[in-house]
Amino acid sequence: MPMREAVATLRDARGPKDIVIPSMGSAREWMALGPVHDLDFILVPSAMGHATSVGLGLALAQPDRRVIVLSGDGSLLMNLGSLVTISAESPANLVIVVFVNGVYEVTGAQVTPGPETVPVDYAALARASGIQSVFRWSSLDDWRSGIDSALGAVGPTLVVLDVAPVPGAAGPRSPGPTGERVKRFMAAVGVNPIPPVSS
Amino acid sequence: MFSGPQIASMMLDLGVTHVVTVPDSTIGAWGDAMEGIPGLEVIRVCREGEAWAIAGGLYLGGATPLVLIQCTGLFESGDALRNIVHDWKLPIPSMIGYRSYLDQSVLPGDTCLTFTEPILDAWRLPYRLITAPTQLDEVRTFLAAARQAAQPAVALIAEGRA
Repeated sequence: MPMREAVATLRDARGPKDIVIPSMGSAREWMALGPVHDLDFILVPSAMGHATSVGLGLALAQPDRRVIVLSGDGSLLMNLGSLVTISAESPANLVIVVFVNGVYEVTGAQVTPGPETVPVDYAALARASGIQSVFRWSSLDDWRSGIDSALGAVGPTLVVLDVAPVPGAAGPRSPGPTGERVKRFMAAVGVNPIPPVSS
Repeated sequence: MFSGPQIASMMLDLGVTHVVTVPDSTIGAWGDAMEGIPGLEVIRVCREGEAWAIAGGLYLGGATPLVLIQCTGLFESGDALRNIVHDWKLPIPSMIGYRSYLDQSVLPGDTCLTFTEPILDAWRLPYRLITAPTQLDEVRTFLAAARQAAQPAVALIAEGRA
């Protein structure tokens, strides 16, 4: 399915209280589709593959909000162990959406590691890690039809979307100074930076 | 060095809500002692880089995390702590076990002694080296001051064996 439409489907479906964490190519597409929500934490700049872990932390700290992480397959490969950690912590409010295109798109579409004959089965990896709500769609129509069931499932949830690489796509541009974005985001969530220790 | 109950009590004093950890033979006992204490969650991760990113998410969500790892895990953590502590400026505190500092008989020439402190300097992480059981209050004061100043901080805990 086309990446932009896949991301747009998620933008349309997100709830007003949901926290969304786009990263890498999905962050580029998310920002291209319009203004960001106060509860969007655009993970740019990022560390390699850690969107799932940032999302786990947020989901544990904010159990009354749904937290939706957008990751690529290349990013997930860099932090596969996070699937096991997520399964162990088992936050019911965490949804991981993995856009699988088989390449490191933002660095020039080099192929991701994997066997030549059989594509890596991310849904099976998630299930084998203990994640029970797992979905996979390859067509845009099926994703549009199924998204409510995925977002409504008891998490942790992993959604695998087979998408086409975007030719010539660049990496995402930072939407602004990180310190200010942290303050705005935490204010939107309704929390303050850690208060001083009482002594 | 310190007992599990001592560390658990200090975590509660400091207002820590989540300890994100990969164990070693010293700090592993501390993590075990913190399991089941009301108000304190222990999150066991697969690799140390994860710990910083999870701690970052916890902080953004209003929790008070602390990363508890060995120095070998510090070496693994570089990209993650760079992003969380420096890109995003999140003041995540940590306690890091300093392998072989007190006893090199198990691993003579352990290169942890060569690289740990230069790596902390390279990542611009303020740290306090703790070498004796009498220094528990110093750990508490150091981490509390860092929190008050909203700065990252590492309590570097000397370990006696690999």
